[in-house]
Amino acid sequence: MILLTRDPIDAAALTESVRSPHCGAVVTFLGTVRDLTGEQVTVALDYEAYPEMALRKLEEIEAETSRRWPCGSISLVHRLGRLEVGEISVAVAVSCPHRSQAFDACRFAIDRLKELVPIWKRENWSDGRTEWVHPGLPGEAPATFPGQAT
Amino acid sequence: MYNVRLFARARDLAGSDTVAISLNENGTVADIRAALTEKFPMLQPLLPRCAVAIDSDFATDQQIVPPNAVLAIIPPVSGG
Repeated sequence: MILLTRDPIDAAALTESVRSPHCGAVVTFLGTVRDLTGEQVTVALDYEAYPEMALRKLEEIEAETSRRWPCGSISLVHRLGRLEVGEISVAVAVSCPHRSQAFDACRFAIDRLKELVPIWKRENWSDGRTEWVHPGLPGEAPATFPGQAT
Repeated sequence: MYNVRLFARARDLAGSDTVAISLNENGTVADIRAALTEKFPMLQPLLPRCAVAIDSDFATDQQIVPPNAVLAIIPPVSGG
């Protein structure tokens, strides 16, 4: 299942959705809103997406993951809108016949999501400032895109 | 005339979620970047770090922009 949603993510239901009699392993990754970045305190995050492209990229990641591992089922869900500290922003659930496959496939899918899918978060710091997070810009961790000017 | 969708900091810098640019026939993604920089100089610091999407897929700078393409500027992503 591929989904962008403004509603809270039900991690238990998502995990259940990928279970299968052929799969002896289910791995679910949850990304949650963290309160600290260095010494800066986050009050909330605002997530936005380019929805048409995000859905297309999520489908590509689902297909790519299924090509590389014998997945029974994969679910990729990202929340949009305002999220408070502790809420689930992203969930990836994968089922495979064996656990090493399920761990590797889940890790691959979330890594690709963070690399490729056009979704952005804006920090709402405790001092009232807001700031879009764009990795690779001055002061942030490096990032590269396919097609990016060098 | 093409409409270009902007997101996150790019939208904030331009003050609009869609901007219009002109492109010659057989114009490329590099021409989109040049046209945007000229018309919206406030995007200049961010644009070199952004990808350009044509019809919901990442495009290279050499790619020719087809007629009626849906264009978007994709700043470095931060989902998750």
